[in-house]
Amino acid sequence: MVLATALGEDLSRAFLQGLPPGSVYALIAIGFVLAYKTSGVFNLAFGAQAYVSAALYFQARLEWGWGILPALLVSVFILAPVLGLILERLIFRHLRTSSSVAKLVVAIGLTVAIPSLFDVLVGFEPVAGQTPTGIIPGGASVFYQPVGVYAFSRDELMAMGVAVVVMLGLAALFRFSGIGLQMRAVVESPRMTELNGIQADRVSAFSWALSSVFAGLAGVLIAPRFNTLAAPDFFNLVVVAIAAAAVGRLISLPRALAGGLGLGVFIAFANTFLPEWALSYPILAPIQDNVAPAVPFLVLFALLVLWPAVRATKEQADPLSGVDPPPPSLASHERSAGLTVATRVFAVVFFLTVGLVVFTQADVSWLFLVTQSVILSTLFLSITVITGLAGQISLCQGSFAAIGGFTVFQLSDRYGMSVLVAALIGAAVAAACAALLSLPIRRLGGVWVAIATLAFAFFFDAVMVKLPWVGGGGTSLLQGTRVPRPTIGPWDLGNDKAFLVLALVVFVVASLAVIQIREGTTGRTLRALRGSELASQSIGISPARSRVMAFALSGFLAGLGGAMLTMHQENVNYTLNFSPFAALFWLVLVVSLGSRTVEGAAQAGAAYALFEAIVLRGAVFGWIFRNTDRIPGIFPISPKWRFIIFGLGTIQFARHPEGLVEFNTRRAHRRAEALMARLGRSRAASPPEPDAPVTEESVP
Amino acid sequence: MTPILDLRSVSAGYGPFHALFDVSLSVQPGEAVALLGANGVGKTTVARVATGLIAPSEGSVWVNGTEMTGAATFRFARAGVAHAPEGRSVFATLSVEENLRLSFRQSKGRRGVAPALDQAFTQFPSLARRRRMLAGDLSGGEQRMLSMARVLVEAPRLLVADELSLGLAPIIVDEIYNDLARLRSEGTALLIVEQQISHALALCDRVVLLEHGTVIWEGPTEDAEARVVAKIFDHAAGEEPPA
Repeated sequence: MVLATALGEDLSRAFLQGLPPGSVYALIAIGFVLAYKTSGVFNLAFGAQAYVSAALYFQARLEWGWGILPALLVSVFILAPVLGLILERLIFRHLRTSSSVAKLVVAIGLTVAIPSLFDVLVGFEPVAGQTPTGIIPGGASVFYQPVGVYAFSRDELMAMGVAVVVMLGLAALFRFSGIGLQMRAVVESPRMTELNGIQADRVSAFSWALSSVFAGLAGVLIAPRFNTLAAPDFFNLVVVAIAAAAVGRLISLPRALAGGLGLGVFIAFANTFLPEWALSYPILAPIQDNVAPAVPFLVLFALLVLWPAVRATKEQADPLSGVDPPPPSLASHERSAGLTVATRVFAVVFFLTVGLVVFTQADVSWLFLVTQSVILSTLFLSITVITGLAGQISLCQGSFAAIGGFTVFQLSDRYGMSVLVAALIGAAVAAACAALLSLPIRRLGGVWVAIATLAFAFFFDAVMVKLPWVGGGGTSLLQGTRVPRPTIGPWDLGNDKAFLVLALVVFVVASLAVIQIREGTTGRTLRALRGSELASQSIGISPARSRVMAFALSGFLAGLGGAMLTMHQENVNYTLNFSPFAALFWLVLVVSLGSRTVEGAAQAGAAYALFEAIVLRGAVFGWIFRNTDRIPGIFPISPKWRFIIFGLGTIQFARHPEGLVEFNTRRAHRRAEALMARLGRSRAASPPEPDAPVTEESVP
Repeated sequence: MTPILDLRSVSAGYGPFHALFDVSLSVQPGEAVALLGANGVGKTTVARVATGLIAPSEGSVWVNGTEMTGAATFRFARAGVAHAPEGRSVFATLSVEENLRLSFRQSKGRRGVAPALDQAFTQFPSLARRRRMLAGDLSGGEQRMLSMARVLVEAPRLLVADELSLGLAPIIVDEIYNDLARLRSEGTALLIVEQQISHALALCDRVVLLEHGTVIWEGPTEDAEARVVAKIFDHAAGEEPPA
């Protein structure tokens, strides 16, 4: 009551109200810091690990009828550490000496793959409105009012207590215990740790198991907050937690706790006072709903850009890294002329055949999927430019694509503009936004670009989409963001086949442009930067200018793809198409299949739209047997397998950054060339046939 | 006598790159051996094979009579083989005290840490003054001092010292070689990889000369006159080999 009197009831209530969500952010931030400190991996899959434990707890409690203790024991203290051990043993142990960007890409792949793999193995299906109860009886229904102005539920008190106890426990582990010291040493140099007689593999495994336990504990504690238990929400929370952890430069546990609590309290203040202030100051009215959800992402972005100390927390280079064989070069490999010709001939023949079949045989649903795959191929070319050419990981391509889509919607809806013109304007707006975004982050490197773009994606998701002049506001929520199909003179592209032709033309033009850029000065500049930034600068290349250009090009392609997708679906469909979590899968696909070539983007587009229909639903067997009734009984397979297969496909990124398909194409071509050379040699060296006429040339 | 280290016909390299070809080398207990050669002949690779950082592609590695070919690095360390690698050899993100703690906890157990720390700080008072400082913020000489403090307190059976003098002031190099001489007097065998041959020749009993990844000569230090060694270095730079 003293506090309430001193600070005012609203203020103290808002403060207390912010503590429970703040402690949830803090709990995940502490777990994230633990994982980062002890593995050196920027583990975006932390949310996926938390989801798995929460989902098993949910399944055990509600479906299998287990008690709290056995469910907690199995989900947090058995499944979580086992998952951590598996990740360490099968994946991250082999990536210890890989770049931090390679590890981040693998973590993104796991973020997509792990929840789906769990759902498929356990048969878990999230049900809307069904969430598990907390880990103490009556957690959500019994309240306490320790200071009179705000009633804490048992669940909230539990989360706050666990956050503080966990922080103190981990701080003690690192400060006083031998294993804590060993964990930090292994992150810096596993080999030098072994020179001290310490078994680095065992220490590393322990680190992963421990951080996974905390992921599981955080997952189970925060699950009751969600209306539906879904992996994207956990991913969202991890990004919020990274903002909290960034306050402690990603290494300080007490500051991560303070950062989490501070964020919670700040958001509660914004929620409490902004509506009141908006009554007095109408200028605040349009933003009052959007400030609170944007806070963590703005904080994260600002910390990365304005506080160099956060970026300076990068891991120390291992002084014994020279012991390992040299990693694959980051510079783009040149293809041989033979392979280029062979690939182009194959592509033309393949597309002509497929095109002929589609135009003559395909029904509406197949036509839809093929058109979608062509449009996505255009969109994925934006990843080819930013990741394949410029070597940057951008996690906001979905936002750029959405900008293209929303521009088409706004211009056609408000001003009745031709959607084709609007699409080009949308692409230009997306390019401008991308260039603007790249300005503050142009000096960031590696994983920090990825995190800054992720913060932007969530900011766009939380704030921009809700603005009436972007996403259409409340009216669009009811009516959708409708967009008409274009017409060009006498041609009505409302016809699906005609629209497919337009999509193909756009893809071909975009592909030729990307090839021209790749082979031209810009492409060579970007390749030089990937090879060595220092060497590039020494010959007068400006990294900042090149990166701004790469972002602008990438934004243009993403915006164009987004606009095309919007016209095709006649609706923006933001959540389905462009949300940050949905767009993670784009990167996963392109990186798995081939991030440096146009073919890679085309294959990724096809995989996104067609893999499920052709492979997982067994259509390919229907074609082979010429009868859909003869498709084997195991089909259809769960569509989640595409997330699992391509998500796990990113694991090869560290060894083959060019992508699996590109790697295998080159290997097959090299083998074919070697075979041809061997055949040529053996023919030249073989003796003349016994009955062959002896000529002057055959006499030695 | 069983050699403390015995490399038998070892070939090794890094992925597709081969650095050593059929190298045989042994170090007896208490002996000091200098491994000399020009830049890039494979000296550091020999040191890495000798401490398990690299597994040989051919041949075998024996430590104190036990075959250790392909064994993990920590097993070499536990068998008494210490390695002071080339360049930075301390944990930059740990404090000076934590660096020593990490080492002593493993070698001396929980109760042995405090006396070992006292001993290290008595021998190196400048480290005691910087005990809370991050090791990465120390000067190159202080970092070498820290890595020497770790081995001086718990003398290993064999110390493989790789280019200890690299980038250090002459006075610091003298101090480090004094420490090595003290270690040797306590019974530790030394395998010293060096380019500054004068210090190495003054300390060692035997010299092994390496060229293009193979041993081209080995013998007592007295026979390895400095000028002969210098000629071999000149040969590596493109001149005629010595007669």
